[in-house]
Amino acid sequence: MGPAEQLKQKPSYALTVALVVAVVCALVVSIAAVTLRPLDQANLKAEREARLASILEALESTVGTADGLDIQARVVELDTGAYDDSIDANLFDAVKAGLDPATSTSIPPESDPAGLKRRANHAVVYLSGDDTGKPELIILPVWGVGYQSALRGFLALDGKAERIHALKFYEQGETPGLGSRIQDAEWEAKWPGKQPYNANREVQIEVGGSGHSRDVSRVDGISGATRTTQGVNTLIRFWLGDLGFGPYLERLRDGDN
Amino acid sequence: MAAKFWQSLTNPLVSDNPVTLQILGICSALAVTTSLDTALVMTIAVTTVLGISGLSVSLIRTWLPRSIRIIVQITIIASLVILVDLILKAYLFELGKRLSVFVGLIVTNCIVLGRAEGFAMRNGPLPSLLDGLGNGLGYGMVLMIVGAIRELAGHGSLFGAPVFLPVTQGGGFEPLHLMLLPPSAFFIIAGIIWYIRHRRPEQVEESEYQAPNQQEGQGS
Repeated sequence: MGPAEQLKQKPSYALTVALVVAVVCALVVSIAAVTLRPLDQANLKAEREARLASILEALESTVGTADGLDIQARVVELDTGAYDDSIDANLFDAVKAGLDPATSTSIPPESDPAGLKRRANHAVVYLSGDDTGKPELIILPVWGVGYQSALRGFLALDGKAERIHALKFYEQGETPGLGSRIQDAEWEAKWPGKQPYNANREVQIEVGGSGHSRDVSRVDGISGATRTTQGVNTLIRFWLGDLGFGPYLERLRDGDN
Repeated sequence: MAAKFWQSLTNPLVSDNPVTLQILGICSALAVTTSLDTALVMTIAVTTVLGISGLSVSLIRTWLPRSIRIIVQITIIASLVILVDLILKAYLFELGKRLSVFVGLIVTNCIVLGRAEGFAMRNGPLPSLLDGLGNGLGYGMVLMIVGAIRELAGHGSLFGAPVFLPVTQGGGFEPLHLMLLPPSAFFIIAGIIWYIRHRRPEQVEESEYQAPNQQEGQGS
């Protein structure tokens, strides 16, 4: 056994080789991830716009406006539920605002079942028929954490937040064939007509769990995708609740906006 | 010398094909061959990963301690797969979404680790690169044949371009839905293997177990 061979037997040598390989690989992957991110983001943005367009298309028949929907985007301050027109809805980047401590709020763990940790202080809502301050249709951006990825989508409600028109996710990285079925038309079809709040204006909608799928307060989960179902459940309940769009929807119903 | 390099590139196509002779990489061959475009992208992805991983493993093979060689190989392969996945997401977003998990699963594709451990650890960088590319092409060739048959019979199209007009659109072609289900890939791959071994009997494996001669057991 030569001296070189003896060196290779030492644990410290093996550790060094492992470390060097790991660092080189990490560098390559990180550089690629950072350089390709703008393209990836652009793809996701296109996907988001396509999903929003497809929601609108699907809703045109439900809401029954013959001449198509005239959609207006406005920024809402979530804590108070009031519109904040000092921010341009077209330029507002919710993901970025959600990460910056200056424009976001950390959510206390006890009221954060959806695992968001932080949420932006503002959100863009899309409204239709808002000429008199009473929209016929409200589309809210929602997001949360599923089994292994962030879930981002749009929740469409009627103007009084009494009924859900649609829930469509435009971004998810769940297990293909299981959790990814939250984007299937078949599962999306379970949402229209459900009632998010009960008579006391408390959030009642529930995804998964026990009960009958015909209940207006319940949507069937996806078998084999318990964690994804739970993620959708917590994120919907969070965004309809007090820390989400609860105050905003409350104001809308009372006609304060 | 050039002939030898040429051989390491062409041998894996038929005479030492990773899918039909070594029966490796069957899982992804089932999953991505419902249409030709996914089969083609998967072929390019696997060939790239195989070629570069062979090259990199071969380059560091003399410094690699035996005790950690497998984990180092997997680290390299996994990094390459992440790279391929990122590039797909950036430039081929829709196709990348359809391939989704199967690109990530290239890490566990037996062909990749098999070539790194079985060939690149013992050969120079250039032969290892060619061997990787050759095996990728051998794998891809099977993928493309299976993909072409499945897309043609299941959708009546090739690369999404209609060849036969389906009945639903007023044509005379009844799509064979079985072809879009995973079992059909098994049947087609089995057919290819049978045909190759029929033409090249030297590829037929020896039976592992010889049935006892019945005549001896009879009698008294």
